[in-house]
Amino acid sequence: MADNTFKLKIISPERTFYEGEVIMFECRTTEGEIGILKNHIPLTAVLAPGVARIHETESVEKAALISGFVEILQDEVTVLAEIAEWPDEIDVKRAEEARIRAERRLMEKKSHTNLARASLALQRSIARIEAAKK
Amino acid sequence: MASMRDIKRRRVSIQSTQQITKAMKLVSTVKLQRAKARAEKSQTYFQSMYQTVISMMEKSGYMDHPYMKPNASGKKAVIAITSNRGLAGGYNSNIVKLVDGNGWNKEDVLIYAIGKKGRDALKRKGYEVISDESEMINEPLFSDAQILCDKILEAYSNGEIGEIYLAYTHFKNTVSHIPTLLKLLPVDLEEAAEKSDVETEGSDKTLMNYEPEETEALNMIIPKYVTSLIYGALVEAVASENGARMQAMDSATSNAEEMIDHLELQYNRARQGHITQELTEIIGGAEALSN
Repeated sequence: MADNTFKLKIISPERTFYEGEVIMFECRTTEGEIGILKNHIPLTAVLAPGVARIHETESVEKAALISGFVEILQDEVTVLAEIAEWPDEIDVKRAEEARIRAERRLMEKKSHTNLARASLALQRSIARIEAAKK
Repeated sequence: MASMRDIKRRRVSIQSTQQITKAMKLVSTVKLQRAKARAEKSQTYFQSMYQTVISMMEKSGYMDHPYMKPNASGKKAVIAITSNRGLAGGYNSNIVKLVDGNGWNKEDVLIYAIGKKGRDALKRKGYEVISDESEMINEPLFSDAQILCDKILEAYSNGEIGEIYLAYTHFKNTVSHIPTLLKLLPVDLEEAAEKSDVETEGSDKTLMNYEPEETEALNMIIPKYVTSLIYGALVEAVASENGARMQAMDSATSNAEEMIDHLELQYNRARQGHITQELTEIIGGAEALSN
């Protein structure tokens, strides 16, 4: 094993989603996209709905991560995601519908709380659609 | 000696009780299997959530955040997870004992009850039950835990409560369930370090960075932490409940078996005595006639 890898663990309430040695891990946080290599400074970041890319030695895996947080230590990264899905588990049709629904709700602009919820739903559905794209 | 008919009646009644306990045992065995699979799946998340947050806090040094230090209120909130139904051996009373045997002042404790049995028992003992989410235990959902968590954290930030505890039954394996009291907030590092088996090596003392900045990140992470701990506890409690009931019903069934054996012996003895007596009477009668 090359020594530029680090241990990545992605855990969701239902299962251990991913566990293995990776070269780079990319994910979307509330502050923007970040890519993590080995020997990163210790950092805790809050995840935003988005596509995560797991760079293994030979291949790159995509996954949709929706809310949760990531704890980065020098040689170990732990992601605690409330929802994590592989591209082939995503129901694109449903996500597409959810996106349209959320967009409509945003257009209506009713109450404040609904707006926040709708925009979150929109982000979620976009993340799913993006992850499912080949 | 009791008459034959009495013994027989008693035996039949015990037999039908045994049938019930046997059926209940089967039902809880099936339920246990389902709950156990669920508990095992979520346990990793539950445990790593606890450990991650603890290790995060350790690396953060002193933080001036409401979730990190006790606030002015001396009240303690206890989330007591028990079952809605009885006949589960010491399952419910163990949790009640755990809460009651802590030496806390009853006036300072607010109970957030999940499970009717624990709610009623704690109420009888004179605790104040301020919330009752008993339906939750039937089918624990992540969203249920979220609602409860929001409610408690709101009370916490309003200063109504100063400490949050979680009393639940830890599902170690099918036969061993440990009543556990876990302090959720404020995060107590010393106590947590004792409990978790992660080796806290002094090597990695680099300070943790946060993105977004500290307070904001904690505001988002702590609710997730509390929610997932509550959810994990719920799932484990359901598994423990069914495990406890299965054990209780198993021993009830074998006790019934023992009693039935005993009664059968008594019945046969009585029957033999009855026959002997009848024979003696007949012989006596015949002898009297022939004389």
